[in-house]
Amino acid sequence: MRRGLRELAPAALLALCVLGAWELYVDLTGVQSELLPAPHAVAGALWRNGGLLAHNFAVTAEQVVLGLGLALVCGLALASAIHLSPLLRAAVYPLAVGSQAVPIPVIGVLLVFWWGFGLFPKLVVIALICFFPVLVTTVDGLASVDPEQRKLLRTLDASRWQAFRFGELPAALPAALSGARIALAVGVIGAFIAETSTPTTEAYAGLGREIVLDAGGFQTPRAYAATALLFGFAIACFYSLALAERRLAPWSANARGGRA
Amino acid sequence: MTTGLESRTGAPARAQAQRGGARAQAGEVVVRELALAYDSRAGAGVHALADVSLSARAGQLLAVVGPSGCGKTTLLELLCGLRAPQRGSITAPAAVLMPQRDLLLPWLDALDNAALALRIAGCARAHARERAAELFLELGLQGFERSRPHELSGGMRQRVAFVRTLLSGKALLCLDEPFGALDALTRADMQRWLERALAREPRTVVLVTHDVEEAIVLADRVAVLSPRPGRVVAQLEVELERPRSAGDPAVIALRGRALRALAQGAVA
Repeated sequence: MRRGLRELAPAALLALCVLGAWELYVDLTGVQSELLPAPHAVAGALWRNGGLLAHNFAVTAEQVVLGLGLALVCGLALASAIHLSPLLRAAVYPLAVGSQAVPIPVIGVLLVFWWGFGLFPKLVVIALICFFPVLVTTVDGLASVDPEQRKLLRTLDASRWQAFRFGELPAALPAALSGARIALAVGVIGAFIAETSTPTTEAYAGLGREIVLDAGGFQTPRAYAATALLFGFAIACFYSLALAERRLAPWSANARGGRA
Repeated sequence: MTTGLESRTGAPARAQAQRGGARAQAGEVVVRELALAYDSRAGAGVHALADVSLSARAGQLLAVVGPSGCGKTTLLELLCGLRAPQRGSITAPAAVLMPQRDLLLPWLDALDNAALALRIAGCARAHARERAAELFLELGLQGFERSRPHELSGGMRQRVAFVRTLLSGKALLCLDEPFGALDALTRADMQRWLERALAREPRTVVLVTHDVEEAIVLADRVAVLSPRPGRVVAQLEVELERPRSAGDPAVIALRGRALRALAQGAVA
């Protein structure tokens, strides 16, 4: 516990410094609150709109977690398929790269046309943004197995599938988890994109919608308060995943170094 | 004779198919006029082995010594069916390779690593661990069953790797400089341990090493290879009582003969 506090201290200290400088800047320049609200104004907005923001936060958090799950499943499955089949690799990999260049608003309406106003099209958007880092790191992780290790597995009479199951897949796990951490960092902004590029009928449409509405409606402090929640959520998720890595892949350098 | 390997497709299967021209006794290894060249990056063919003939009777330990790069590892890969020879024949039972580096899987504990071949053969995990545990007990490794590879010393890791090799159930063990990365004290320790282990679990062994002393201390027969392309320049029978010590005059005399053969091979 004490060690945890000591590891937290530098980040907390830096955050305090930045907030202090920000407060000072707003004070000294007298910049308008609609342009840049002071930290105390953001904190006030957070306090006053707690209920609204909490509801929207729950919507967004659910999207991020489920969308990331979908991205992990798809990324791992596709990486395994690409690894095991050179034909699939040649066919699918370039298209997967290309998919990252598709602006989501172009397909957002189509996704809603297919799957309705509910959660699923938003998950698809997040997964589409997040699967790529998982795919690339996992494909590389699977390919990076020591050639000597492959030889050893062959003399132990391992089939292709067994070499994959006993040798390659566990060896690729740390790389896949690194990919998941990158995916998570883009996943939060992915949720923002998902919310703002697909129409919805829900009462609480998530923090992304909230931010867009507030920023356009001169409710800048509330938009900043919502952003602060996303900021904190991304950090919390990232470190949860690092913790999970220590449990799932205790042999990996990332996990043993103890630092995310 | 070579069950598991023959089912594979591709070059190694062809290598297996070439085996057994002359019917050998179970466990016996006979290598005749083996040659292999492969294309280097520069495009010129590199002759790894030229005309290598060797043999070992069932249960014998054949040591192959030679300078670095003389094709010793290639020879083991040929014996294990990982490569196909271009010329010559190999008569050998199903063989398993123990590489120089232990290559234990870091996500498995020592027992699971040792039991890997059994798992691959389709054994349930609990049963595979049980059989590995029996061998741990027999070979003096009890207490280390649940250790992860990074918690083990270099010598212990090699012992676990050797148990993994034994549990493949194959009649021929191909050991590629198994103690090459260990310090001198640990190495002497490991040599005594290997001798005891083989006394309890007899197998035919081809041991590749660049340490002439190790070869004389452990082997029934020593084949000396020349620099690339590897040829056999001498075969010595080692008919000394076990356990042998490196300081024994008979061992020193044989070591001298082997070293002279190495030197002549290098000149020729």
